[in-house]
Amino acid sequence: MANAKKVVLNPLLDNNPIALQILGVCSALAVTTQLSVTLVMCVALTTVVAFSNMFISMIRHHMPSSIRIIIQMTIIASLVIAVDQFLQAFAYEISKSLSVFVGLIITNCIVMGRAEAFAMKNPPFISFLDGVGNGLGYSLVLIVVASVRELFGSGSLLGYQILPLVENGGWYQGNGLMLLSPSAFFIIGFFIWALRAAKKEQVETREFRMAGHTEAEEAV
Amino acid sequence: MGLRRVLDDLEPHFKKGGKYESLYALYEAVDTIFYSPSKVTVAQPHVRDGIDLKRVMITVWIAAFFPMFYGMYNLGFQANSAIVSMGLESGGDWHESIISLLAGHDPGSIWDNVVYGAAYYIPIYIVVFAVGGFWEVLFAAKRGHEINEGFFVTSILFTLIVPPDIPLWQAALGISFGIVVGKEVFGGTGKNFLNPALTGRAFLYFAYAPNMSGDAVWTAVDGFSGATALSQIASGGLPAIASATGAELTWMDAFLGQMQGSIGETSTLAILMGACLLLLTRIASWRIMLGVFLGMVGMSLLFNMIGSDTNPAFATPWYWHFVLGGFAFGMVYMATDPVSASMTNTGKWLFGALIGVMTVLIRVVNPAYPEGIMLAILFANLFAPLIDYFVVKANIARRRLRGVL
Repeated sequence: MANAKKVVLNPLLDNNPIALQILGVCSALAVTTQLSVTLVMCVALTTVVAFSNMFISMIRHHMPSSIRIIIQMTIIASLVIAVDQFLQAFAYEISKSLSVFVGLIITNCIVMGRAEAFAMKNPPFISFLDGVGNGLGYSLVLIVVASVRELFGSGSLLGYQILPLVENGGWYQGNGLMLLSPSAFFIIGFFIWALRAAKKEQVETREFRMAGHTEAEEAV
Repeated sequence: MGLRRVLDDLEPHFKKGGKYESLYALYEAVDTIFYSPSKVTVAQPHVRDGIDLKRVMITVWIAAFFPMFYGMYNLGFQANSAIVSMGLESGGDWHESIISLLAGHDPGSIWDNVVYGAAYYIPIYIVVFAVGGFWEVLFAAKRGHEINEGFFVTSILFTLIVPPDIPLWQAALGISFGIVVGKEVFGGTGKNFLNPALTGRAFLYFAYAPNMSGDAVWTAVDGFSGATALSQIASGGLPAIASATGAELTWMDAFLGQMQGSIGETSTLAILMGACLLLLTRIASWRIMLGVFLGMVGMSLLFNMIGSDTNPAFATPWYWHFVLGGFAFGMVYMATDPVSASMTNTGKWLFGALIGVMTVLIRVVNPAYPEGIMLAILFANLFAPLIDYFVVKANIARRRLRGVL
């Protein structure tokens, strides 16, 4: 089971789908203004990746290579529709604020990426765990982004007011940029910066290095 | 040469293995303020010239004094006028305790105005300089590069483009964002593709819109509200223009800077004086300035010709666009930043023209943004490398046709 543990935990920090592979950034911008919405999105995505990985892995030997992408898409789309219908039935308000983004899980690169890169080569159970791991890696980044955005943008977390806003007689002035999608770019950027500062092996090799100044005494 | 000896005695402590090794950047900065650096070019080609990054930056810094001093005077003048017209005793916050020690509130007295302006401007500058300097030293020490005077320029320009009423913590946050995200993330001075001062300003603009735009922030008096000339144009066209206290605003007033606005942006005359210094010393590129100017003139003539029944801003003539808002300041100090602008000569024309065109386009067509120069320059900054690329490619294609290559 050491392998299983690695498959689940690796995507959290060592091989994070957003921070290292830079996949699935679009939804990280779109659904992170409120933490509660983000949590639902994370659960939805993790479910879809895990089960799509499992089902695709189950039939991987029966898929003709030329039409495998279509089959993968069919499986993923069916799962996404199931999740979407479930949300509409049991969490209607949140499903409304997620709007098209649940549907857009179909096009999320993480789902397709894991199906192609992992599920096509591995047995079902370990593929399922890989899906869970990558879903958690995605969730980790989204939760960090959403916490920062909701806390500094509207002074609350999960809807509870933590920093009292100036408008309501408090002292904290909401940062309007945090409520706009581009702020997620900056936060993801800072997250990647922090991650690569801690884990040096993730730093990309430089394309070129600028020469330093020439010191008079060492050159003459 | 006592100072030289003091510095030389200190040097071993800051070199590798010394006690204060991590502070070498700071030592180096102090040393090179007083003495020319010992670093020289040893490989060919040799250019004998006294100009270096330090001198370039310090010249821009000095050129920014013209709008800065006028800005302090005008800040006080606008505030004192507003105080008199509203019948108040004072501007009404902690600044008053400093002002009342030295001066009164007579808008006719230059001394009163300058003291009022200084009481607002100097704290902003100190905060921006200290906070920005902290980041600069931190990154220089951590990454082993030099602290350089580029920061003097960024900090003074940043203070000149914020509204007089800006809370100090926002100034600190803005300059932090400008320095860290606008510059240091990309490797420091010389590697930033955006103008750091404008990046900080844009951050504040989107993050704290109520403190950076609207009617209440342009005159440093509590409770005073007056629309800027540009937002009056956006809503009512040129005939709607009036000064903050309701009096008529002539073109000459606007040219001299007798109107409210960001601290250093109001006086086109003072900015043009700075421009003369920059052009005489050949620090700033005249091609960029002229490109911005011609782009603005061309685009506003185009809008004048098209005309519009619903949007009165279409009719604004170019000589008004020239004196209002931050246009002149952006043209002279921001667009000409040598790092984030185009490098090729043809590219500079195109880069400038793009800024001029975009500024008028945003001012006239987009009702949400009465002023467009900040976004126009940041937009053109993004295009600068692309413009250069095509200029170089076109050059190669032309030479190939000529059969030289």
